[in-house]
Amino acid sequence: MPTRRRALLILAALAGLALLSITLALMVGTIQVSPIEVFSTLGSSGGGMAGDVVRNLRLPRALAGFACGGLLALAGALLQILLRNPLADPYVLGISGGAGVGALLAILLGLSATGINGFAFLGALGAMLVVFGLAHGDGSWTQTRLLLTGVIVAAGCGAVVALMLSIAPEHKLRGMLFWVMGDLSQNNDPQLALVILAAALLVSLPFARELNLLARGADTAQTLGVAVVRLRRGVFVVASLATAAAVTHAGSIGFIGLIVPHLVRLASGNDQRLLLPASALAGGSLLVIADTLARTIVAPQQLPVGVLTALIGVPVFLFLLTRDARARH
Amino acid sequence: MATNAAPLLEVRKLAVSIGGNTICRDLDLTLQPGERLAVLGRNGAGKSTLLSVLAGLRLPQAGQVLLRGSNYATHGPRKSALIRGWLPQHRGDAFASTVLEAALVGRHPHLARWDWESANDAMIVRKALAAVDLADFEERDVLTLSGGERQRLAIATLLTQAPQLFLLDEPIAHLDLKHQIAMLELVAGAARDCGAGVVMVLHEPALAWRFCDRALLIHDDGRVECGNALDMLTAERLSALYQYPLQALESEGRISFIPR
Repeated sequence: MPTRRRALLILAALAGLALLSITLALMVGTIQVSPIEVFSTLGSSGGGMAGDVVRNLRLPRALAGFACGGLLALAGALLQILLRNPLADPYVLGISGGAGVGALLAILLGLSATGINGFAFLGALGAMLVVFGLAHGDGSWTQTRLLLTGVIVAAGCGAVVALMLSIAPEHKLRGMLFWVMGDLSQNNDPQLALVILAAALLVSLPFARELNLLARGADTAQTLGVAVVRLRRGVFVVASLATAAAVTHAGSIGFIGLIVPHLVRLASGNDQRLLLPASALAGGSLLVIADTLARTIVAPQQLPVGVLTALIGVPVFLFLLTRDARARH
Repeated sequence: MATNAAPLLEVRKLAVSIGGNTICRDLDLTLQPGERLAVLGRNGAGKSTLLSVLAGLRLPQAGQVLLRGSNYATHGPRKSALIRGWLPQHRGDAFASTVLEAALVGRHPHLARWDWESANDAMIVRKALAAVDLADFEERDVLTLSGGERQRLAIATLLTQAPQLFLLDEPIAHLDLKHQIAMLELVAGAARDCGAGVVMVLHEPALAWRFCDRALLIHDDGRVECGNALDMLTAERLSALYQYPLQALESEGRISFIPR
């Protein structure tokens, strides 16, 4: 039986994990910094070059990674409830596709980083409105219809992305590919993403118990006292905005939004009051760890972190799937 | 409470149709606490559709559905959930969860936004699980339950919700004979002892005859008959309803309808 005490204990443990992962990200790299030095450089403005690296390069990147991972995992958890499908991920509704089209267009046009972010966000918003409008057309809003609309919009965006990649000039191709695969090395200001993560959590947590009911079916939820139509719209908007924010910031990093909620659900049950914050913490930590690996494994070369999350994600997911199937017998 | 004088469920001039098929027009109906109404008809006659209109899940083409004198929009979802409970015909669980957690959702309308389920709620759930013969199933995963066990869990969830009006869509589907009678006894007991109103879709007229005091017959052509169970559930009317000849056999105060 779910209790508040158990939820708080699990969340405290995950918060510890998040702190650990961020500390680790601040320590490792071309210049190694010990944990004690990390804390002393954070507390003051000194520390020479190591201090600068930790404060100005590693910390913003780790925090941005944490925020994006948290946003993706939260969006994944919400969409899995909305679509009543444990295998849904934040990209299934075409939002990252829209962002991709916007971002690549901006790169092709030679816009600055701000321009790329702006275009990516507009693209995500556009895809979101198209999916919402089409799926909502006659007010029926079945999960299948929403899912299919999302998949089709995503496929269309994928085609446009492929088209732009194929006509792109050689020198822009690498930047575009990195964007598509997901990359944290471009952006440095994590503030906005962190604020959006906190806001998305704050908006969804009051409705967590209603989400538990929605997971059991819309009609059942309605007869048990949930304003289903409003709740579903809200979930769609929050999940889409969270995805859009993460994708805008870091490109389409795969698997975090799919695997993390799934893992948390297997480990601690499907109570959204715990699952939503736990997914955010675990997703953030996982992305920070993956990004730390991405910039250290073949240093000074950097790998796109999306490749790493996929490489970690695929086997973990397959393992969970077979384990899940065996547990049923 | 002035509204308590109003009937538990009141239907005025109700018109319902689905896919161009008229299920009923100008249907008037009232249900008082303690009354049990059976809904019978052929497959596709619109029993479930009518029930979901009564449950506030679907809007009628015309007319009103009033719970204790007010419609669903006025009550809002939460207050409606304290008055009426609905047992769906189909259930699909997308996620794993324990039987205890699944039944606990029935407590939702009784809890405030930030409340967590208390030991008292768990006790209510355990009582409900025991009532449907699932006492040892608390920790079982709902995805591993059989059809009949899942059906009984849904009934337990409804008992946990403790509404005043039970809208049951085929409550005895998937159940073995013993549990069919046990579940109907349970529902009849709720009507007798707690003054609950019951509307249930049944496919077995003999059980409707035994457990309900009124019956609503939905014909394929949009005609609806409603009246005392004893007047409605005759071989003649049921033969016309199912468009198949039936014969009534009485024995020791019970009745059975045999297809010829």
